[in-house]
Amino acid sequence: MSATAPSSGDLHAPERDGRDHVRVQTGDFDAGLEIARLRAGRADIGAIASFIGTVRDVNDAAAVTGLTLEHYPGMTEQALTDIVGEARRRFAILDALVVHRVGALRPGDQIVLVVITSAHRGTAFDACEYVMDMLKTRAPFWKKERTPQGDRWVEARASDDAAAGRW
Amino acid sequence: MQPASVATLVSFRLVYLARLREAFGRERETLEIAADRPLTVDAIIDALRGRGGAWASELAQGRAVRFAVNQRLAGRTHPVADGDEIAIFPPVTGG
Repeated sequence: MSATAPSSGDLHAPERDGRDHVRVQTGDFDAGLEIARLRAGRADIGAIASFIGTVRDVNDAAAVTGLTLEHYPGMTEQALTDIVGEARRRFAILDALVVHRVGALRPGDQIVLVVITSAHRGTAFDACEYVMDMLKTRAPFWKKERTPQGDRWVEARASDDAAAGRW
Repeated sequence: MQPASVATLVSFRLVYLARLREAFGRERETLEIAADRPLTVDAIIDALRGRGGAWASELAQGRAVRFAVNQRLAGRTHPVADGDEIAIFPPVTGG
């Protein structure tokens, strides 16, 4: 089945202030379409920073043939909403979007999208990195890799804690 | 004779995720603890460790385990109350 963009209906589910968007979904996403939607109808945006995480075919010197992403329904959305809220308090951003996929993924598939819009690039870069650093250490997702030697849970990396600790 | 303090039965909804869900062979359960004082996450960990086997080894001192109380990240000294949902899971690996 080819990847299809979500309908506009689920994109505009109103969050607390009507602007922050957080989604956890099994389907793929289209970064261009998501960015276009964030930009629609406003000319105060001067900078857009985005990050896309994808599935690699190798990890810790082993071939990876697939990935299953598990999460904690309810807490996951709350954790992402809290992270975006904290990013908004720390940085002068205009808008933020986080989309994270769960379920079975293959090498090359997209996993996560973060988009930040702001007036200036420094803020957009910083906020985008902040959201990813917090997501990697505070959002309840877990990866299980499929390898020729069998399935294995991915271990958390100390470098992710270090990255989150600098904020 | 009057006891020094009266223990009441408090009930927690436990949720296990990812590797710990597999190690414990279950996704969720209800745990009751007789308590004569306010409890923290630590009391639940102690109760589970007492089961031995995977419970004792996975929750041993020094193992990297994370907790959430009512779906918010919480440390071992976080208070817990009757009816709370306590999730126990490995460090997260999303993104």
